[in-house]
Formats: sequence, structure tokens, C-alpha cells
Amino acid sequence: MNFISVGFQTLLYKESLRFWKVATQTVAAPILTAMLYLLVFGHVLEGKVEVYPGVSYTAFLIPGLVMMSVLQNAFANASSSLIQSKITGNLVFILLTPLSHREIIGAYVLASVVRGVVVGAGVFLVTVWFARLSFVAPLWIIVFVLLGAAILGTMGLIAGIWAEKFDQLAAFQNFLIMPATFLSGVFYSIKSLPPFWQAVSHANPFFYMIDGFRHGFFGQSDISPWISLAIVSAFFVVLATIAVNLLKRGYNLRH
Amino acid sequence: MTAIQITRVEKSYKALKALGGVSLSIEEGEFFGLLGPNGAGKTTLISTIAGLIRPDAGSVAIHGHDVVTDFRAARKMLGVVPQELVFDPFFTVRETLRLQSGYFGLKNNDKWIDEVMDNLDLTGKADVNMRALSGGMKRRVLVAQALVHKPPVIVLDEPTAGVDVELRQGLWKFISRLNREGHTVVLTTHYLEEAQAMCQRVAMLRAGKVVALDTMSALIRRISGSQLIVHLASGALPEGLRHLVVQDDDPNDKKFCLRVNEYAEVEQILAALRGAGVVIDEMQLQQADLEDIFMQIMDGGAL
Repeated sequence: MNFISVGFQTLLYKESLRFWKVATQTVAAPILTAMLYLLVFGHVLEGKVEVYPGVSYTAFLIPGLVMMSVLQNAFANASSSLIQSKITGNLVFILLTPLSHREIIGAYVLASVVRGVVVGAGVFLVTVWFARLSFVAPLWIIVFVLLGAAILGTMGLIAGIWAEKFDQLAAFQNFLIMPATFLSGVFYSIKSLPPFWQAVSHANPFFYMIDGFRHGFFGQSDISPWISLAIVSAFFVVLATIAVNLLKRGYNLRH
Repeated sequence: MTAIQITRVEKSYKALKALGGVSLSIEEGEFFGLLGPNGAGKTTLISTIAGLIRPDAGSVAIHGHDVVTDFRAARKMLGVVPQELVFDPFFTVRETLRLQSGYFGLKNNDKWIDEVMDNLDLTGKADVNMRALSGGMKRRVLVAQALVHKPPVIVLDEPTAGVDVELRQGLWKFISRLNREGHTVVLTTHYLEEAQAMCQRVAMLRAGKVVALDTMSALIRRISGSQLIVHLASGALPEGLRHLVVQDDDPNDKKFCLRVNEYAEVEQILAALRGAGVVIDEMQLQQADLEDIFMQIMDGGAL
């Protein structure tokens, strides 16, 4: 894969510029939403819940909100760009070019990572003042934020290719992405759940992204970050393979 | 060298056969016209050439590169102006053209971008957002986008649909220049006079099949020849010329439309009229045009 080709760089630049030109909607709005979550949940539950020993609920919540914002915005970037381009017809400008399948996937996914990280950094910067956070293992923070954003960017790409209408994409987002992120332990530790729901949570790949990310802050997590890394990496490989396959076949793109 | 080689291309959409085994060979440097009524398969064929549609059978190669198996090399050779007026509302004209250059691997392409914009009268709109442009201006940007990488093969799918005379003239001047410089041009249009003025060779499609393929001059010659319209001041049309009459609807029996296959026949007709003592009041030689041929072929007429 030629990751530094001019074609790849241009598509990456275009996809990044696209969200940056409407930053109020794509960056500022999700930061505000995360801030509201923190104020409401933090106010209601602070002092009443202690998930990890010595870690306040607000401190526990902040990494979860950061990661949730990263994941949701990484998904939104690739998926909304693709569906808009498909519906308005301007995707033809990409389809007519000599860009390889891998260059296209790489650029869309990396631009999604950029948006996810920008929003995540924004959420972190406005919420970090509400609690004392530690950074026990910063490398895990970086690994899981990048991998999580790449996974959701790839999912967004797949959803954007699959969907033919806005409501199909909205269904993907509302019935799959949103529940999976909410039920992944953003607001709680899955250890507080009944055994059945704990087992269900273990089948949710989003749980491993958030749990591993949180481990980087507190050095504590529901399961070992190495196991999370293995599961999340495998999930990424599966999704990337599906994405390459869809583009090679021209599924819903070249008729 | 063959610029576009289309070999037995077939494409169906459920029960509809959009292309029924189309084969065409377009040579380098040609100005080629692809004509046919709506639904004849022109856009499907162009989309197949562009790689936007995968054929059910057959193949297309651009300068020897298959558009499916060797798509990267094929697409570098090709610039396509799509029929639909599409644009990306996030960017200005210049940003749009720089991005399109980048997709083709060209980083510092501003000199050529400026030249293309100048030729298409877009320079004044370079920093205007695409959303703010009129339909005609958006069409110009579409043409510019297809040309940013100086493709050896340019495909224009109805590029002058709904645009003013000024753009048409400017566009054809620029495209003609590129054709003279060696670029192969493939054009579909509903304006047959444009095809007649620009194209050296024409293929006519009907129901997904090529029903006529020839040079423009041969096609015009083969179909119906020319017509000599004579208005008689006195005398009657000699019996010897009656078999040439193609139209005789003048109640006074003074105006006749006579078929002329070769120019030499004009003198023979005039000699016959003089010999019969006929005085001609008015005379006009009317050449057959592409529209006559088009109508004849699309009505199912044989060639």
C-alpha cells in the first residue's frame, strides 16, 4: 500500500478539510454533548458510585466520554461523507480516479481517526478540569484511541458503502453504533451488571476499546489490556478485510 | 494506436438489455461521436468505459489497459465529463480542481489549472464556492475536472446540455484545440449539428446496439444524398425528371424537390429543364444532414 502517494494524501486532506469546514457541527457540537453528559451524570452520581478504589466517579467517567466521542465521530466522518457523496452524485469524482482500493480505505479511515482524535482531545480539554486524572500508562491511551477510531472509521466506511439512503445510515448509527457505545461501560463498570449482561457486554467489541483506554489512565480495568488489544486488533482486521472486499467488488458503488 | 477498444460489451438491468454486445474501436486522435435517442445505451457505454459500470460480458481497454483488471493505468488515460450536474458543495472551484489533480497524483498543477480555467472562462470564479455557481458554470467546472490531468482520451457525455451559446462555442474551441494536439475525444450529444460539425466518425446506438458506424461524410453520402429544390416560373417538369421527385406538394405544380446523388447530376437536371423550355424562378441545393440520417436510422431504416 502506497500510503504516501499524492492521491492518498489528497483524499486524506479532502476528507479532513470537509469536516473542518463545518467544525461547529462536527467538532464543537459533540464536545458540548459530552460536557453535558459529564455535568449531569457527574452531578447525580459523584460520591454515590466508586467503580475503582480511589477513583472518583467523575474521573472514571471522563475517559469513557472521551472514548465514546472519539468512536462516534470517527464513525460519523466516513459514513456521512460517503452517503452524502453517493446521494449528491459527487462520489463519481473519486470513482473516476486511479486511486487504489487501499488508498481510498486508508484515506477515509485516517481522516476519521483525525476527526475522532480532534473531538476526543476537545472533550478531554473541557472535562479534565472536573476531576483529578492520572495517566498510569499513556501508551495504552494512544494505542486504544487510534485503534478504536480506526475501527469506527472502517465501520463508517462500510456503512456508507452499504447504505443507499440517509435513513439506512441513521438506522445503522442508532440501532448499532449508539447502543454498542452506550452499553460498553462508558458510564459504569460492567462488573456492576448482572452475570447475563456481563456476558453480553463481553461480546461487544466497543467494551474492550473503552476498557483498554481507561486502563491507560488508572492502571485498572475490567480485563487485561493485552486481551483487549488482541480482540480489538482482530476486530479491526476483520472489518478492514470486509472493507477491501466491498471496494474490490464495487459493491453499491460500481454497478 | 487504438485509444478505446470496446469488445462485445453486454450489460443488463434485470429484464432490460442496456448493451447488447457492443464492439467499437476508436483510434488515437479521433473526434468520435456516440449518438442515439434517450435509453439507447450511450451513458451505459460511457460509464462502462469509465469503470463506473461493470459489464456482464466483454471488455473495454483504454490505450491497451483493461478498465477492470488494469484500472489504475486505464483511468490515468481517461478524463470523463459526466452527464449529471454534480459537485462537492464544500469546496471552491480552485480547491475542487486542485483536489481532482491530486487524486491523479499531480501535486503542483496550478499552471495547467489556471490555463484550463482561463479557457473555460472560470478564472473570475476561481475562489467562489461551487454552491454559488450557476448551472452553466458548474458544467464548466465538470469539464475542467475531467481535464486537470491532461488525459489522452476525453469523454464528454452531453457536455452542452442546458448551457448557453457562449459556453458551447468556448468549450468546442478548447476541445478542438486539445483534439488537434492529439487528444482523442468521444462525444455524446443530442445536438446533432454539434456532432456533425465536430466529429470525424460517428456510431449510432439503438436499443443497446450499434446500428450505424462510419465517417461523418460517408454516412451523409450513403443515406439520402442532396436535394435540389426548383421553383418553375413557366413550363412543366419534363417526364424524364419525374422519377427524381421526392416531394411534390405544391398545388400549383410549380415547386419540386428532386433527389441529387452527385453534384454532376445538377447540370444534367438543368440541361433537361432548359431543353424542355422551362424557366426557373428560384433554385436551392439542400444537403442531407445528420438529422435526416439519424431520423432514418432510428425509424428502423436500413443502411
